[in-house]
Amino acid sequence: MGVKLLLEKAHVENIRLYDVYRREGGYRSVEKALKTLSPDQVTEEVKKSGLRGRGGAGFPAGMKWSFLAKPEGVPRYLVCNADESEPGTFKDRYLMEFIPHLLIEGLIVSSYALGSSRTYIYIRGEYAWIVDILEQAIAEAKNNGWLGKNILGTGFDCEIYVQRGAGAYICGEETALLESLEGKRGNPRIKPPFPAVKGLYGCPTVVNNVETLAAVVPIINMGGEEYAKIGVGRSTGTKLISACGNINKPGVYEIDMTISVEEFIYSDEYCGGIRNGKRLKACIPGGSSVPILPANLLLKTAKGETRYMNYESLSDGGFATGSMMGSGGFIVLDEDQCVVKNTYTLARFYRHESCGQCSPCREGTGWMEKILLSIENGKGKMSDIDLLWDIQRKIEGNTICPLGDAAAWPVAAAIRHFRDEFEWHVLNPDKCLTENYGLRHYADPIHVPVA
Amino acid sequence: MAEEKKLFKVTIDNITIEVEPGTSILNAARKIGGDVVPPAMCYYSKLKDSGGKCRTCLVRVAAGSTADPRPMPKLVASCRTNVMDGMIVENITSPAVQEARKGVVEFLLINHPLDCPICDQAGECHLQDLSYEHGAESTRYEFNRRTFKKHDLGPYIQLHMTRCILCYRCVFTADQVTNKRVHGVLDRGDHSEIATYIEKNLNNDFIGNVIDVCPVGALTDKTFRFKNRVWFTKPVDAHRNCDKCCGEVQLWMRGDEVFRVTARKDEYGEIKDSSKGSTGWICNECRFEKKNASDWVIEGLSNISRHSVISQGKYPGLVKPNETVVEVMNGHAPRLMMNIHSVSEVNKPEIELSKIAGPAHSSDFNSNNA
Repeated sequence: MGVKLLLEKAHVENIRLYDVYRREGGYRSVEKALKTLSPDQVTEEVKKSGLRGRGGAGFPAGMKWSFLAKPEGVPRYLVCNADESEPGTFKDRYLMEFIPHLLIEGLIVSSYALGSSRTYIYIRGEYAWIVDILEQAIAEAKNNGWLGKNILGTGFDCEIYVQRGAGAYICGEETALLESLEGKRGNPRIKPPFPAVKGLYGCPTVVNNVETLAAVVPIINMGGEEYAKIGVGRSTGTKLISACGNINKPGVYEIDMTISVEEFIYSDEYCGGIRNGKRLKACIPGGSSVPILPANLLLKTAKGETRYMNYESLSDGGFATGSMMGSGGFIVLDEDQCVVKNTYTLARFYRHESCGQCSPCREGTGWMEKILLSIENGKGKMSDIDLLWDIQRKIEGNTICPLGDAAAWPVAAAIRHFRDEFEWHVLNPDKCLTENYGLRHYADPIHVPVA
Repeated sequence: MAEEKKLFKVTIDNITIEVEPGTSILNAARKIGGDVVPPAMCYYSKLKDSGGKCRTCLVRVAAGSTADPRPMPKLVASCRTNVMDGMIVENITSPAVQEARKGVVEFLLINHPLDCPICDQAGECHLQDLSYEHGAESTRYEFNRRTFKKHDLGPYIQLHMTRCILCYRCVFTADQVTNKRVHGVLDRGDHSEIATYIEKNLNNDFIGNVIDVCPVGALTDKTFRFKNRVWFTKPVDAHRNCDKCCGEVQLWMRGDEVFRVTARKDEYGEIKDSSKGSTGWICNECRFEKKNASDWVIEGLSNISRHSVISQGKYPGLVKPNETVVEVMNGHAPRLMMNIHSVSEVNKPEIELSKIAGPAHSSDFNSNNA
């Protein structure tokens, strides 16, 4: 049984309500931070904890906070990125829906550390009902003196506002989010300047994921050093994983990053194995934009070592043989799934969600989608596979924001690891409409050359 | 004594130049000029916040600065990246940049209709120049090209959304030059489009400038539409007293007829500064209503780059070469070409060539067939 920090109290009845949350020890971190620590000390604790951004990129949160420019007389903002729209990721939704006060508590402490008196939660438009939950939690917190003017008599003022997005995936990119929050078209900004210098309304801004901000609560409660002891290496603390696909128990799990991928998929505590006794074919371990891995490379690294559920181990081998922790959207594909179709579905998503601002992403995502559809429908050519590879290569790294990379990586990984399945589609244009390529060799042990 | 301003030393394709801090890589390259200047489809120096979108100006930064000589991990948009002291930039000397630029040109062209033969912009189109210099000779795109629902932008401006490359220049122009913006970008991704919401007409004194900033034929002049090819017209600089704008324009003439009026442009296709020092935006009245030569004071031929198709046969001070035929023919004047068919006994003049189906063969003149 792993350590639980965020979801420890998730199953307490009515934890959604303030009274229950407070009775279970909620808002202790606010008392501790505001009464005994200076804002810089809070930042220092977060730095010590080694907490990495939970939104996908895994950038150390404490470092991000320390980059925040602090010019005199200019307001600073903290914005919570709750625009969770990555296919396969639904951890923030769970957190906000069932323990909204944990996020509010984390936001108050973080706002104190960063000196933000107006803090925004930018929430995905489709999470309409969660807005009500959050606003109720904010009202409860305010009624009990945790928000508003002169909190706990410390002279710190803070208000939290919830802003709904309008259904664009791109608004999860931090600068597009800020544009949208300002009431403009959600186009990502060109960086530099980074939000830490010029963010919301041109003021220094920190944008953090929901889970990152919630994790500040246990960090302050237990101290940064204690928090850093959980997990391994630079993957400290606990991580929420939203598991879905062909598994027996889809859902949100909190892991302490010490378990292996195999244990996560097959143990009854977590995913409970592949549904209907099928065999594992492939997995996208960190949300739709990270590279897909075949079963053999998922469970063992290219060096033949066991792969663990943490930042370093999942990215072991780089993009050639590894993947990424990403946002923790764990998508499992069994032997009956078609990788070509899966790749097409993802490409369609990115084509639809591209903001259209810069040319490689706007034109390239649509092109990839069309080619993938024709391969999927048995109308592809062998040269299309190389063409796809070339297109993704010309998108990656050449765009304003990471959406271009996110669209290119799944296609690249699918061709890299499942090229024979693409070729089978081309060579069997009729068969591929009625049959599946199946598992084939994708779960075979990989030959490890002796060093 | 005033303190001397510190200049930044930047090396682009092995050419070193000193520029003021805050200069973008692109503008530093433009100071050097020539082949090291990256192409720019969306950046427009006269429009604040423009650039960064088309990605044709991508360059490689091989060393960030003297203080931090690490290379930048990705190619950067030179129009939106400022130089640092000691920065080393690779444009045409980097194969990666050339490869990426070729990719961008391909992306820009896959959904472009390539209807140059009927497009009014042909001859002065930046996308034509770009694809001529950096593009591939054929396309790998095998699907239907994107089309849009037509929007009417009023009596002066023609919008061809299919040709648009979404550079946003017109949006910035409408934002910054006119006092009220009535058009912008709708929708997103590959179906995003420049449009006015609910077919609202653009009626602003300076909105005509969107035609000049458009790098392609997406926004063209309705009063010039299909009237003439630009390379048949003669560009001359002219001015008039206008109470709305600087009144300094370029007339595109044929004989005494004024076909089109535009602002004056520099070598990068950007509107030049007027003699008063501000950007030479012109008003709709000058652009669309003053189509008589008598409305203008003509200053003389515009200077057009000799590499442009527009400059064909319009060099100022052109010297006609001497006639050499007489000399090589020992003093005989050249004879006029004659229709030998009518005088030749060989090819039966009674056979009318136009009545033969297809090209004439010897059998057509065979006496048996006659």
